[in-house]
Amino acid sequence: MTLEISRLQQKLESGKFVITAEVCPPKGSDCSAFIASAKELAPLVDAVNVTDNQGAHMRISPLAAASLLQRDGIEPIFQLTCRDRNRLALQSDLLGAAALGIKNVLLLTGDHLSCGDHKEAKGVFDLDAVQLIDAASRLCHGEDLAGRKLQGPPSLFIGAAAAPEAEPFELTLFKLRKKIHAGARFFQTQAIFNPAAYRRFQEVMAPQGVKTIAGILILKSAGMARFINANIPGLRIPEEIIAELESASDPRRTGIELACRLAREVQPFCHGIHVMPMGVDEGVGAIVAALSNTSDDKESIPCR
Amino acid sequence: MIVSRQKPFAEILDAIDGSSSVFLVGCTKCATVCKSGGEEEIWQMQEALSSAGFEVTGSLVIDEACHMLRVGRDLRSKQQMVTDAGAIIVMACGAGVQSVSAATSKKTIAALDSLFLGNIRRFGQFEQKCSLCGECLLSRTGGICPVTACAKGILNGPCGGMDNGKCETDPEAPCAWAEIFTQLQEDPDGSMLESYTPPKDYGKLPKPGKLKLAK
Ligand code: SF4
Ligand code: SF4
Repeated sequence: MTLEISRLQQKLESGKFVITAEVCPPKGSDCSAFIASAKELAPLVDAVNVTDNQGAHMRISPLAAASLLQRDGIEPIFQLTCRDRNRLALQSDLLGAAALGIKNVLLLTGDHLSCGDHKEAKGVFDLDAVQLIDAASRLCHGEDLAGRKLQGPPSLFIGAAAAPEAEPFELTLFKLRKKIHAGARFFQTQAIFNPAAYRRFQEVMAPQGVKTIAGILILKSAGMARFINANIPGLRIPEEIIAELESASDPRRTGIELACRLAREVQPFCHGIHVMPMGVDEGVGAIVAALSNTSDDKESIPCR
Repeated sequence: MIVSRQKPFAEILDAIDGSSSVFLVGCTKCATVCKSGGEEEIWQMQEALSSAGFEVTGSLVIDEACHMLRVGRDLRSKQQMVTDAGAIIVMACGAGVQSVSAATSKKTIAALDSLFLGNIRRFGQFEQKCSLCGECLLSRTGGICPVTACAKGILNGPCGGMDNGKCETDPEAPCAWAEIFTQLQEDPDGSMLESYTPPKDYGKLPKPGKLKLAK
């Protein structure tokens, strides 16, 4: 196990703007399309998020999928949720990730089982996201949740989620502070649609010395936007955006343009952009290009 | 009280399997209040079973079917009817069913599904407020239980699915943490909201339950 820090951590800590994108591991054991998609993204991004049974839909283990990326030289952000594992399984997966060379982790509570395709399952939630972040920090300090010493502490770059547009905002703040206090070093946010709300979020986060990466979702069509509004917890796409997609002659292109515009608008208030391509992989390149054209005039609420 | 609901009749018939005669047991407490195993429901069950061709040898509505000694005594008082039956159908919570199964070697059939420890909102309307977690947190959560009222039972604040103070699992239902937040904002120093709640100690809740209270 090497002790160097991840490229994502290096870049964020040296004040560089980062791009991450998420790839959903397959439902099945054939990872070829997943790897191909990650390989295409790799030259454009600093790290690739590997989601964990996203939306409570059963898929291949994100630890296995992340380690396949790691093996191919693509830096993963291993997402880990509390929904499907108790505290033993969570800690052992974190140690396993470290042993496989994975350094970036995004620690989440997890969507409720009622959103997914195994509604009959028992939700675990032995820990919540704050407690999981605390557990990961303890592991990095050489002991487990039971206070037992580890043989070789892992070295992890601990990330957490945030929902900058959730209302009431004050209600989400005390939890964010708890996450930071427990050891979260960077935040990747839910898809955002309102730069002003992000700015409000960043104003609170900046003094805490943590890095924030703004979530940008690429919408394919008005129908998809409506589906998301109806089915995905915590996401609310404004009517104006849906109307713009509805009247577009090429909604896929308009969706990419909307994402680029949003990314540019939010860029001055964040340390990076996290793209959720939703199958529109070419959109990632468009966003990267849009951001590099404007990268000189950022610096509004920098972290430090 | 323990909230329970009668199983589908077909499932009860399935469980009776080979027996042609049955004895019925209900409970005067929770199952009566829930209308799942009181006098009336026992009578209805008796009617339904008779029309389905079963002989009902007798019935008994026990004052607290969870009371093991009382169940044993009451069953003995109807010994002949019990002996004549091929199986005992118990219309009480899981605790009541097991008082019966402990008191007799007869086949015991659970006719109810036990759901939760319920508060009574009004007649026939029950709400789950406490899930008997073994380590009560109410003094630090403004008197609202996150273990029970939050769909994920999480202890340190709302999850990412909360929106407009509503729960991700049901846009009509309040997020438990929104309610706790409102309650705790009245807390003068506000420290309870900010303080970290460590993982629950499930070691305090041994399984199978071993707590024995004796005076
Ligand atoms: S914390 Fe909730 S579930 Fe636990 S004992 Fe208190 S009210 Fe019941
Ligand atoms: S929205 Fe609130 S009540 Fe619902 S699961 Fe999340 S934290 Fe719990």
